[in-house]
Amino acid sequence: MTQNLLLSIALAPLIGSIIAGLFGKQVGKEWSHRAAIAGVAIAFILSAWVLKLVVVDGQTYNQQVYQWLQVGSLSLEVGFMVDALTAMMMVVVTFVSLMVHIYTIGYMHDDDGYARFFSYISLFTFAMLMLVMANNFMQLFFGWEAVGLVSYLLIGFWYKKPTAIYANLKAFLVNRVGDFGFLLGIAGVLMYAGSLDYVEVFTQAPAISEKTMTIFSGTDWSVMSVICILLFIGAMGKSAQVPLHVWLPDSMEGPTPISALIHAATMVTAGIFMVTRMSPLFEFSETALSFVLVIGAITALFMGFLGLIQNDIKRVIAYSTLSQLGYMTVALGASAYAAGVFHLMTHAFFKALLFLGAGSVIIAMHHEQDIRKMGGLKKYMPITYWTGLIGSLALIGFPGFAGFFSKDSIIEAVHASHIPGSGFAYFAVIVGVFITALYSFRLFFLVFHGKERFDTHGDHVPHESPAVVTLPLILLAIPSVTAGYFIGTMVFGDFFGNAIIVHTEHDVLAHHAESYHGVIGFILHGVTALPFWLAMAGVATAYYLYMLRPDLPTKIQQRFKYLHCVLENKYGFDDFNQTVFAGGARKVGQLLWQVGDKTVIDGAAVNGTAKLIGFTSKMLRQIQSGYLYHYAFAMIIGLWLLLTYFVV
Amino acid sequence: MFTDLPLLSLLIWLPVLGGLFVLVYGDKNPWAKPLSLLIAVASLVLSIGLYTGFDSSTHQMQFVEKMSWITAFDINYSLGVDGFSMPLIILTTFSTVIVVLAGWDVIKDRSNQYMAAFLIMEGLMIAVFSALDAILFYVFFEAMLIPLFLVIGIWGGPNRVYATIKFFLYTLFGSVFLLLALLYLHHVAGSFEILDFHNVSLSMPEQIYLFLAFLIAFAVKVPMWPVHTWLPDAHVEAPTGGSVILAAITLKIGGYGFLRFALPIAPDASMALDWLMIGLSLTAVVYIGFVALVQTDLKKLIAYSSIAHMGFVTLGMFIIFRIFANSATGNGAELAIEGAMVQMISHGFIAAAMFLCVGVLYDRMHTREISAYGGVINTMPKFAGFAVFFAMANAGLPGTSGFVGEFMVILAAFQADFWFAFLAATTLILGAAYTLWMVKRVIFGDVANDNVAKLTDINRREFFILATLALIVLVIGVWPAPVTEVMHASVEHLLTQVSQSKL
Repeated sequence: MTQNLLLSIALAPLIGSIIAGLFGKQVGKEWSHRAAIAGVAIAFILSAWVLKLVVVDGQTYNQQVYQWLQVGSLSLEVGFMVDALTAMMMVVVTFVSLMVHIYTIGYMHDDDGYARFFSYISLFTFAMLMLVMANNFMQLFFGWEAVGLVSYLLIGFWYKKPTAIYANLKAFLVNRVGDFGFLLGIAGVLMYAGSLDYVEVFTQAPAISEKTMTIFSGTDWSVMSVICILLFIGAMGKSAQVPLHVWLPDSMEGPTPISALIHAATMVTAGIFMVTRMSPLFEFSETALSFVLVIGAITALFMGFLGLIQNDIKRVIAYSTLSQLGYMTVALGASAYAAGVFHLMTHAFFKALLFLGAGSVIIAMHHEQDIRKMGGLKKYMPITYWTGLIGSLALIGFPGFAGFFSKDSIIEAVHASHIPGSGFAYFAVIVGVFITALYSFRLFFLVFHGKERFDTHGDHVPHESPAVVTLPLILLAIPSVTAGYFIGTMVFGDFFGNAIIVHTEHDVLAHHAESYHGVIGFILHGVTALPFWLAMAGVATAYYLYMLRPDLPTKIQQRFKYLHCVLENKYGFDDFNQTVFAGGARKVGQLLWQVGDKTVIDGAAVNGTAKLIGFTSKMLRQIQSGYLYHYAFAMIIGLWLLLTYFVV
Repeated sequence: MFTDLPLLSLLIWLPVLGGLFVLVYGDKNPWAKPLSLLIAVASLVLSIGLYTGFDSSTHQMQFVEKMSWITAFDINYSLGVDGFSMPLIILTTFSTVIVVLAGWDVIKDRSNQYMAAFLIMEGLMIAVFSALDAILFYVFFEAMLIPLFLVIGIWGGPNRVYATIKFFLYTLFGSVFLLLALLYLHHVAGSFEILDFHNVSLSMPEQIYLFLAFLIAFAVKVPMWPVHTWLPDAHVEAPTGGSVILAAITLKIGGYGFLRFALPIAPDASMALDWLMIGLSLTAVVYIGFVALVQTDLKKLIAYSSIAHMGFVTLGMFIIFRIFANSATGNGAELAIEGAMVQMISHGFIAAAMFLCVGVLYDRMHTREISAYGGVINTMPKFAGFAVFFAMANAGLPGTSGFVGEFMVILAAFQADFWFAFLAATTLILGAAYTLWMVKRVIFGDVANDNVAKLTDINRREFFILATLALIVLVIGVWPAPVTEVMHASVEHLLTQVSQSKL
């Protein structure tokens, strides 16, 4: 592996982005997308080559590209580190990105910002690659913020839409709350490790874990716990974990291709990737792992519930993404990092597939996104239908599909975990299986089956999308099934090697690795286990409620009005943030400005001084009136006073 | 190539004399503007000679010139630069070129006087940064106010008289104490050489008084909370060029003053009073961040944002004592000082660019009210691209220069105290909130009204100015090493100075 190879991977999308972005007008639409797609395609092919070098030839890479800054003995660098974890992420990112690039040709065909869109998604690919290929915390933070920037630009892509520019500001700010923690975590790493280089920091992890620090006077905190929790707060922002999840559903205001690429498959999994990368640190802090586990479990379960009542096709999938990110986070908390990133990978494929499928439906429905106004699309859109079915089965974890392997290994891992919170987490992921199946197939049935409830706009019937749209669907459907078969090497084997460190007392996957006897055995075991039956129950419930008795959901809704109200308001997070944080900050600002700056500093101190001087001089001026008789009078009074003084 | 020339003198007197020439002979003359530009560009080229000829391995003063000026009072014309002043001089020459270009079509009334004022100011500011004689420093420090005062007073907005008087009195008030301090130091050191001041022993009470005198003088310039209220008023009334110079350079003189005077002359007092400085700096970051959020005037918002960003400069300079005390391994003290310096330089470019962006809008719509705008991107797409870029830089996005200084100071602050870093890092949220909320209301959205619908996109001159600034902001963000390399020796030297007690 050479530096040039890795640089080509990172820079090819950047060059494509620059061509489409800065010269889009000059080169035209065609060449804009050609340049962007060529860049990403190069990145994908070379990434696949890198994966081969890592997995087959056993190579790894860790070197500086250039020195960003040198301060004292501290060197901050831009550099690449490639091991199995990185190589896998590179392939996933570039593959999904390539699919989305091709799909975009069809989806954004008539949009005015065609070239701009290609520029953004290529730029995103560059930023995401820099993030996963980083060999130090600083570059990680660079990529971290850069993907956030592109996400901001893309959510607000249709900048005339008030909801879009509200959503992108919200997404950026909520992510910044996460980054706030993340940056403090990095600062902690630097303070206690004296370096930001991964390898150096990881080498020092045992020493750091011995240290304590004082945050509130009189209390000692484990440095490692503080650092890990701070870093994880960053992950909570980017990977949309409760309570920093609020931006993700709103991000659906962006065009569908980026919902697939950024807000489902890749960027939102950056947090999962980051925690996995930091496994040598997290392993030293059971407190942090418990925190991760509980946050993940809450997200997995409660965000799933919200998916049940959404009617916007993209929002249903968005809540599903939140819930699945919760699953991955749970895996991290249970120290089953390999299972977490394995789910990250399978999820990237099937969730991108589902989103792109949703986009295909949206095109056919003339940008109607309400699933109550769809139905019976199966016969009009066969490719979208079948690929959608594959995606849905993968999502609910139907045996043999990719999601089955990854989700089951997470559930098994949590079951075997004994750290505080694992009981609740196990409950959450088990119940989550039922919920996942229910909302997935509610969506599936309402869109593709049953009565045709859409408005045909006269004689116009929905039709299948063009090949540039369906081809990516088919290409994504393949790994949505087959990616699961890597479970033997990725989860139970030593695919990741030294990229992931798990301490023996946390190693929940090792226990299962012993009883793992091939894919068939895993499937057979899966069919007899509880999650499978819960998933089936979910599908059956969805079928019963939305196909057989479509009158029931409304009745249930009325019966459980309060519960529905809570779900409808998304547990009140948005209102709370809007009132307390957004409103509160403005109130504090007004108070400090009007009272602090204007009244006290300017009013009393500055202008007060000026007025005091003015007043004093005015008083003094009175004395010097210029009239002789005033002075004479004053002299007489003075004389009289002096005489009185001397006499008395 | 430049080594034989008295480069610093040239840099000071070329713009001053050139400015005087433009002032006297340039009235209604068509060549006044080209000549001004020529002088500004020539100064920029000369100042690059400072960079290329600079020896970054030493903290010693370089390009030194020394002549007797007023022998009776032992006052010398003594110049020189080190790693702190050299980058600031280049920032000055660069900003002046930008200002001349920015005023090219915009200033129609007495444009030669306008250009002349900025050229003269350029020379005076370079003199402030390169003066090694305390009185020389003081003279230029005061003289510099006059052109700025005139720029705001003549080409300023409707409320310019209040703003200029406030600005002038505020800063004058500060400098009275500075003069007293310098005279006292002469009495102790026996000369007016600033470098001699660095070496005198001073008792704690002496140091405290001196430190407070410096604090008053430089805190007003920075400006630090609570002596900051002149800045928003001055910015609002100043013409675009005035705002650019005010933000890019004059504020930096405050930060430079702390590095050149307060820290090395009164290290023990700096340490004893670091709680005050840290407290005021963090107040600037947090308090001002909230205040910026609720501004309805574009320029005021950016002015407040400047104050918050300058909070990082003073924070970086005064957390070093706590970092020494914690003896952490992360090179915190160097990070802190260099972070403060990088923040000053970066802020020079970003704040200048932000004020220029406001200027572009103001020239077209003649209002600075945020509510008068909305959907500017629809009619000015190129401008919107730049505005969003600079807004992101202002919000400290990695890859822009705005990130570098803040990043370094936050990393260092953690090594001083967790809570310092915690409060400083709130800028990640607050900075993004006030900047991007403004962007949302001004740039994005549908066309808000007829005036916005009639806007025309930036012309080639404006494009050139903004593109140059964008390029610099990007390059420093992606590769800040060349900027910090020249400071290393001076920073090391300063850290040695402040860690040795003078008692």
